Amino acid sequence: MALLLKDSEDQTLKSARAKRQRRRVTQDANERSLVSPMALRRPGARITYWLVFAILLAGTIISLGPMYWMFSGGLKSSIELVTTPPTLWPRHPVWSNFAQAWTLLQIPLFSINTLLVGVGAVVLQVLVSATAAYALSKLHIAGKNVIQFIFFSTLMVPSIAYLVPQFVNISDLPLIHLSLFNSWAGVWLPEAANAFNILLFKSFFDGIPKELTDATRLDGANAWQMFTRVILPLSRPVLAVVTIFTMIGSWTDFLWPLLVLSSNNIQTLMVGLYHQSGINANLPFNDLIAGIALASIPPIIVFLVLQRQIIRGISLTGLKG
Amino acid sequence: MEFSSSSPASVPHAGASSPPRDTAFPAQARAAGRLWPRIKRALSRNLAGYLFLLPALLIFALFVWYPIILGFLMSFQNVDMINPATWVGLANYRHVLADPFFGVAWRNTLEFTVYALIFGYATPVILAVCLNEMRHGKGFFRLAYYLPVMLPPIVTAFLWKWIYNPDSGLLNALLAIFHLPGGLWLETPSTALPALMIIATWGGVGTTMLIYLAALQGVPASLYEAAEIDGASIWRRLWHVTLPGIRPVLLLMLILQIVTTMQEFLRPFIITGGGPREATLTVVLLIYNYAFQNADFGGASAISVLLFLFLAVFALIYMRMTRNSMEGD
Repeated sequence: MALLLKDSEDQTLKSARAKRQRRRVTQDANERSLVSPMALRRPGARITYWLVFAILLAGTIISLGPMYWMFSGGLKSSIELVTTPPTLWPRHPVWSNFAQAWTLLQIPLFSINTLLVGVGAVVLQVLVSATAAYALSKLHIAGKNVIQFIFFSTLMVPSIAYLVPQFVNISDLPLIHLSLFNSWAGVWLPEAANAFNILLFKSFFDGIPKELTDATRLDGANAWQMFTRVILPLSRPVLAVVTIFTMIGSWTDFLWPLLVLSSNNIQTLMVGLYHQSGINANLPFNDLIAGIALASIPPIIVFLVLQRQIIRGISLTGLKG
Repeated sequence: MEFSSSSPASVPHAGASSPPRDTAFPAQARAAGRLWPRIKRALSRNLAGYLFLLPALLIFALFVWYPIILGFLMSFQNVDMINPATWVGLANYRHVLADPFFGVAWRNTLEFTVYALIFGYATPVILAVCLNEMRHGKGFFRLAYYLPVMLPPIVTAFLWKWIYNPDSGLLNALLAIFHLPGGLWLETPSTALPALMIIATWGGVGTTMLIYLAALQGVPASLYEAAEIDGASIWRRLWHVTLPGIRPVLLLMLILQIVTTMQEFLRPFIITGGGPREATLTVVLLIYNYAFQNADFGGASAISVLLFLFLAVFALIYMRMTRNSMEGD
């Protein structure tokens, strides 16, 4: 813009020219970015273009290489794993590594635990966040500003800042003197206080037209009926985003479950992996590699299947959590 | 939305159940019959709002506001979770400020943040700008650069610990192919922090890149055209059109990068344990050690409060900027 206004005398002439130009390339205008499609036809530009392409392609080796290294490493014997120089391709694929890791690392138990923790987290987060967002967006509440402040000001406080008192808190809740320590509730409840989800739901609900909710009210629906029969069915996109991110979050979450879940039989996969790989656990290295490879398969599959929703979710929310 | 008394309250009742106008009911009786339901409905309308808020208010009170307050209180108490807490005034703060590890942890964390701004901040911008120009394989590149984000951080930590392994690791093996000297990356104090930053960048670039890609879609094509017609070179277009076009996002990501990097915990915890010679001891790792190794929950809370006050500055800037960008839309 500044460039355009540089010379005010030429400005009108130039903008007229720009307009003409725009009309001519209107087809490409929607797709063009820094480099115009026309400029790319020049041989010099094409060389640069393919050079950048090649650099980006080389970059994918850095991003995908370690992942390949992990999955191929899972197939190597413990001797092949420590040979120098390392083999690019497993010489004698040892598929039994995965089976061994499956049982040694108790992956079925930990995976089911993690899934249950995830499902509980989704249910609770949707229950807590969607209801609050619905009230803030569509219902009459006295003191709405104060309540919004109560929720949204917590976005400024990183949860790490109250990690230690939270731990003291859940081991002896005030007034009711109940301990959530070593129970899934101790993971679910603190994570349900997610102001970001309320914000996400609220901005979605704000987009539902007033005419629709008014019409529903005229039909005699009460607040609960409107929530369950109108608002929630319309909110599938945002419900999907919250569900996907909460499930992935539960799968990858580590520090809080590590602190809360001390019994082996209720631990999540990441906590289990951490404990099993400890120095005292005497876990063979090839089983550890096979184990972490197995543990990363579900989120990768989820991403490949739900790629569109996840990418939309990231650009919708701006950022995750 | 609000249920105001002046609005035609009779409308909701005007369904099939209400009798036709010209039948037996006198107007007086009809109005009296509607007054009570009207009050009841208005009441229930407000009540419904609070009932829907109740779960969230309870959860937030119990699991956010109470621990935040408790944290401030605990920073002035001696808490070991065995004996009842006792007030000790500023002793915790004096104690942690005198701890030599406190200064080390802050210096490491700030150094780590500088690395984050060098590696972690610039990489996704460059990637997104280049990727946005691609006419081929854009989907593949997006997938390839995002995929590491999907790995659980624990997996990433174990994987890179192995890659950096001086004997059987991939990195030294690759360097050996090019006849370059290998290194004890995680065992040398001067390289341990940058090595951890590379892991953080590898595992985090994808998300930020996607956000930038979305932002780049919003830069109007007409600006590029106008600049091009003016004869602006590709670098000048990048500098004067592209970057100003995504400036709000650039600033947001800058703040976010600083705030998340200041909370670095998992990689040093899993990979280096804070070593070698405390070279990767971060503030949050120090908090963890105070609380869960020394059972000094008061001291841990004091460091947490100090960290919170430091981050609050950035959080305030962040909140201001998100509010502005929301209003700007």
